[in-house]
Amino acid sequence: MIQLLAFYLFAAVVCVSGAFTILSRNPVHSVLWLILAFFNAAGLMVLANAEFIAMLLVIVYVGAVAVLFLFVVMMLNIDFAELRAGVMKYAAVGFALAVALVAEILIAVGAYSAGTLQLGRRIAPIDAKVNNIEAIGQLLYSRYLFVFEGAGLVLLVAMIGAIVLTLRPRTDVKPQKISRQVQRRAKDATRNVNHPVGQGVEL
Amino acid sequence: MITLTHYLVVSAILFTLGVLGIFMNRKNLIVILMAIELILLSVNLNLVAFSNALHDLVGQVFAMFVLTVAAGEAAIGLAILVIYFRGRGTISVEDVNRMKG
Repeated sequence: MIQLLAFYLFAAVVCVSGAFTILSRNPVHSVLWLILAFFNAAGLMVLANAEFIAMLLVIVYVGAVAVLFLFVVMMLNIDFAELRAGVMKYAAVGFALAVALVAEILIAVGAYSAGTLQLGRRIAPIDAKVNNIEAIGQLLYSRYLFVFEGAGLVLLVAMIGAIVLTLRPRTDVKPQKISRQVQRRAKDATRNVNHPVGQGVEL
Repeated sequence: MITLTHYLVVSAILFTLGVLGIFMNRKNLIVILMAIELILLSVNLNLVAFSNALHDLVGQVFAMFVLTVAAGEAAIGLAILVIYFRGRGTISVEDVNRMKG
């Protein structure tokens, strides 16, 4: 009973915050609603006995991706009022598409409910005695090791790509050149002159 | 008792909201990226719900890989957004086709 109540609470907050994510006028508010949606989706995943994915959602999405969005929104000086101008122009098409999508999903759920879906052979059956994180770890480092390393490669390529894309040579700054500072000697930097009296000093 | 259908309905609502968000904010690239994150979240919810209902752990492993790709996609998308804004001074997607060549 309490599980069902928690489910309805999380589900309602997920749907409402998802709606506000796409409807907010201010993108900073959008990001904050998105964070709320991720937290509540993590709650839904805990209810589905997937603690590891729930923690991953909180750490990766809320801790990294949402903060990245927040940084970009605040870093760029964007006139958001101008961007909101044409919202209603596309709303009709969007709503028509959304209604079609909902109808299709309802048909799919109905077809799924009509017959029972049975797996012929489970690849990795859930063992009630082993906890979730341990079971996922054992699966990830044995059967799915190459896929796991592929995921690491994807992240590496994304990281290098993001750095290369945003890197630019700056000409308007004066960076510190440590090698030149270290190479500088007193002999090169100073000179002794025997200057005649009464004339100006040449610098 | 929470059934699989409960999760499927929530996930369907989230997916539809994401698609609607892409269409409604045709100009604002940041909100489009956030709508894509919502869509991927709904897919993850589906994978986890089916993994729980069918007592098979592979769904959760797959959800993890979807999460990885979503994080990489967000990083690359925001990087492209930043250089686009640097060159043009706006993030309106309407004239983004001028980016080619």
